Parts: sequence; structure tokens; C-alpha cells
Amino acid sequence: MIDILIKNLPIIVVLCPLMMSLFVVLIPNIFFSWALTTLSTFLTFLFSILLYQEIQIHSHISYALGKWMPPIGIEYIIDKVAIIPIIIISGISFLATIFAYKIMPEEIEKKSISKVYSLWLLAIAGLLGLVTTGDAFNLFVFLEISSLASVALVAMGAHQDKQALVAAYNYLIIGAVGATLYVIGVGLLYGVTGTLNMADLTNRIADLNNNRALIAGFGFMIVGIMVKAAVFPLHIWLPRAYAYAPSAVSVLLAATATKASLYILARILFSIFENSENLINNTLLFVILPLSLLAMFAGTIMAIYEKDIKRLLAHSSVAQIGYITLAFAIGTKASIAAGFIHMFNHAIIKGGLFIAITSIGFYIKRRVTINNLSGLGREMPITFFCFVLCSLSLAGLPLTAGFISKLYLIKASISSDGIWLAILILISSALSVVYLWKIIEVMWMREGKKIVKKENPAIYISLIIITFLNIYFGLDASLVVNGSFEAADKLIGDLK
Amino acid sequence: MISSTIGIWNYWIVFCLMMIGLFLVIGRKNLLKKIVGLAIFQTSVFLLYITFGKIKGGTPPILNESIDTIYSNPLPHVLILTAIVVGVATTALGLSLVLRINSEYGSIEEDDVSAQDLVDYHDDIETGKNFDLKFKK
Repeated sequence: MIDILIKNLPIIVVLCPLMMSLFVVLIPNIFFSWALTTLSTFLTFLFSILLYQEIQIHSHISYALGKWMPPIGIEYIIDKVAIIPIIIISGISFLATIFAYKIMPEEIEKKSISKVYSLWLLAIAGLLGLVTTGDAFNLFVFLEISSLASVALVAMGAHQDKQALVAAYNYLIIGAVGATLYVIGVGLLYGVTGTLNMADLTNRIADLNNNRALIAGFGFMIVGIMVKAAVFPLHIWLPRAYAYAPSAVSVLLAATATKASLYILARILFSIFENSENLINNTLLFVILPLSLLAMFAGTIMAIYEKDIKRLLAHSSVAQIGYITLAFAIGTKASIAAGFIHMFNHAIIKGGLFIAITSIGFYIKRRVTINNLSGLGREMPITFFCFVLCSLSLAGLPLTAGFISKLYLIKASISSDGIWLAILILISSALSVVYLWKIIEVMWMREGKKIVKKENPAIYISLIIITFLNIYFGLDASLVVNGSFEAADKLIGDLK
Repeated sequence: MISSTIGIWNYWIVFCLMMIGLFLVIGRKNLLKKIVGLAIFQTSVFLLYITFGKIKGGTPPILNESIDTIYSNPLPHVLILTAIVVGVATTALGLSLVLRINSEYGSIEEDDVSAQDLVDYHDDIETGKNFDLKFKK
């Protein structure tokens, strides 16, 4: 019994939320639909932990879906790279589901709660499928499953604020164009290579030096995925979608959605096209590096001038995605490892910040703008304390998770491209203190009306867990760091 | 020259449809027309895949006794069946969002909608009237 489970883990991780979403929609009761959702996200998290242990033994698991052997059939690949986003997605989605218990019924009509949870699980299943699949076209299907479900989830914010509809609409249109561009790229690659399996694509691309259709296909794929990952000029959908989505949905999307796409970006750059080095080096140097630097500063500056806190955090996400793509763009083993470290750390940091801010929104019953926050730090000490710790982590102070990722990022950039990249990273991190301090100052230093009576444990429990993770991975980062270095090792091998 | 241009006739059609679709998505201010543009854009990709699958003189891929039969590739058709389903879902979701936007905003013109949004956004910022509060000594 347990053998069969272990053998089929790669597909079970995806199927668990996917199948449960069908059952959840049938349960009209608010509590039970939430309980089933929690159960399935917990099981998914459990399975991904099991998968992590399997990976430590086998280091590469290839699963032939329906016993159709790759490259003909669809292959699911779990290796040391894929396990990082799997753990992030399943872990954060479990925490976000716990957080959703109290806050979801406040923001969404009672009758549509079970449908929302069903969409919630669908989005998680889509993201997990995205990172497990080893088939380029199957990836598109999961990309669309996750993005359609997230669009519908964002649109659920319309019960509170009608702007959620426009945000969801923009997300849908831009996301669909991005996904279609990706499909065009896959089509061109299929046209010249005749295969859709990623490992097989890697081998066959090696024989096609500088084929024009290949280069065009690469361009389409990269741009399509960059839209989904919200890399700087293609990020327009992100701030609004995160700002107007229901609270729990913001937490889920901010912490997981772009991470999966960033992982796919790394996969395309360093795994599928590993044999066309010229193409990749030019792309990294002339496209991804400048865009990431722009993202770092544009995102931070937009965040400084923003007054709506959820939007502020979303703009800061754009900047943080810039750090991750910058790490990829440097292209050495150490820097890619730094990218994965920051991917993990950013998920827990931004998850924590969004939980803190949206639970403040829950208590004050209005949009969280900078002026609404006055004096709330004194009334909600636990939430405020966790918010401050997560902010410190985002700014990169020692003893927090954010410090570890900044440290490795700066180390990697100094050892490869010289000092100027490191200086730019430091300036951008220093700027991020400006917007974080703005919030903390208003919450603590100013006097406000008494609004909040008592903090609700059901809401702050997940915040405390995620803040604890921030501190824990700041003190003992060996798990994340070793995992990321193994992933980078696996991705670019001994080439560099 | 001419024969090679006509020989890739399908690709020209794909190219034209793709650009028409993308132009509609970017250029039109009407939210409904954007959805139509998106559908055209996606359809052009379907055509692109189908064109890859066709081989001149190829038969349908049904096993044939004779040795030198050329088969057309059936895989792109299967892929496109999936992509059509995705496209339909996208269009349906988009149209339902447009419907909701129309009932909430009373318009589906992008300019009207974003003008209303801008007003709302500033209202949100200003309603928290806590500018006057002093720092605590």
C-alpha cells in the first residue's frame, strides 16, 4: 500500500487538490468545505514532504503518466530543482487555507464560499502541475488551469470592491496573451524538433545550431513565461490583482503564483536550452539583466509613493521578482542558488506581510491605506510584532531569512560581475526600508481611534507560524541553502 | 519567389490573424472587443499547429499495409483539441467578467471604467482622514 503511494507520489501531489476541488464544490456548509480544503492542502503538503525525502534518496524521479513511456507519453519529473517550488506552493497554500477560515466568510457571499474553495484548490493543483510536469504542452494546460482559477478568485473580491472585476479582467487578458505566446513558442519548437518532452527537447536542440525557428520559439516562450512571472515591464496585471483580491487569495497568489512561473523560466533558460549557450548568454545579458535591474528600482520607487498598502506590497513583489531574475541573469552556479534561496524566502516573507496587512483590513473593515493605520500597532500587538519582523526580513536585516538571500545574492554578484551589481542591490534594499518604515511609523508612532477590541487567534496563528519560519530560516538556513545549491548544481551542472 | 510565397500560404494567414487579434487586444478600448481579439489571436495559433501537422501527400494516420505510405502527424490536432477547450474557458470567463463589469460600472468602455476607478482610488486614500494627528510626545 505505502509502496504504491510512494511510487505514484509525483502525480498524487497534483491530483490530491485537483480531485478534492470536485468534492469541495458539493458541500454547502461553510465550515465543512473549509475543513475539507484544509485537509487536502495538508495532505498535499504531507505528500510533498514525502517527495522531498524520496528526492534525497533517488535525486531524480521520472514518472510516466498512464505508463506511456517518455518521450511519447507525458512525463512528470521531480528532481532537486522542482522540489523547491513544490514545497513552497504546498506549504504556503496550507498556511493560507488556515488563514482563510475566519476571513473568507467575511469577504465573500455565504452561498459562493464552497465554490471559492473549489477554485482555490484548482489554482493550487494548477501551480503544482506546472512545476511537476516534464512536457512542454502539458505545462501550458496547467498554466491555464492555475491562471483561470486565480482570475476567478481575484474577481471574487468584487463583493467588497468593484475594482476587483477590472483587476481580474486585466489579469485574464494579459495572462491569456502570455500563455498564447508560450504556446506559439512550443509550437515552433515542436515544428523543428518533433518532440514535446523537455528532456528530449534538450537533446534535439543541440543538433540545431542557430535555427531561426528555434530562436523565435525561444523568444516566444520566454516572453510568455515572463508575463506570467511578472518580470518588470510585463507586471502591469500584478499590483491590481493582488490589491483587490479577497484577503486570503492575495496571500496565496502573492506567495506562490509567480514563484512557479519563475521556476519555469529557470527551467527554460538553464535546462531546455542548455546546449545553445550563445543564445542563453545573450538573453541573460541583454534582456533579463537590464529588466531585473529596472524592476528592482521601479518596483521599489512605486512602492514608496503608494498609499494603498496591499498595492504597496504588490509593487514590492515586483522588485523582489527583480532580485530573483537578477540572480538568474548572472548565470553562475552560486547566483542561481541565490535565486532559489530568495524564491523560498520571498514566499515566506511576502506571505507573512500580506497576512498581517489583510488581517488589519479584517479588523478595521475598510481598505488598508496608510492613513487608516494610525495607532493600530498598539491595539494589535501580535499582528504588529509579526509585521515588523517580516518587514525586517524583507529589508534584509541579519538573523532573518531575508538576510540570507541578500547575503548569497551579493556574494554571487561580487564573485562574478564585480562590485557594481552588489552596490545596486544594496541601494535597492536600502530604499525598501523607506516604504516599510513609513508603515511602521504610522502604526506605532501616531495616535488613532480605538477600533480593535481583541485579536482573533484563528487569524494570527498562521501569521505566527510564518513569522517563526522567517526567523528560523534566518538562524539556520542550511536546509534552504543546501537545497538551492543542489538545485543549481542540477540545473547548470559543472559547466560554470 | 512567388511559388515559395504561395507555398507558405497558411503561414501568411496565421500571421495576419495573429496580428489582427493582437491589435484588437491592445488597440481597442471596448472590453468586449478585446475578448473577441483574444479569441482570434488564439485561433491563429490553432491554425499554426494544424499547419505543422500536414505533410504534402500524407494520408490520415491509419495503419496501412503498404510500406511507403506517408502519414500526416496527428499529434498537433490532439494538442489543439486541448487548446480549444482552454480557449473556450478563457473566452467564457472573460465574457462573464465583462457582464459583471457592465452591471457594476454601467459601461464596458475602458476609459469610462478606469475614470471611475481613479475616482474610487482617490476616495479611498482621502477617506482615512488622519493627516492632522500629531506625533505622540
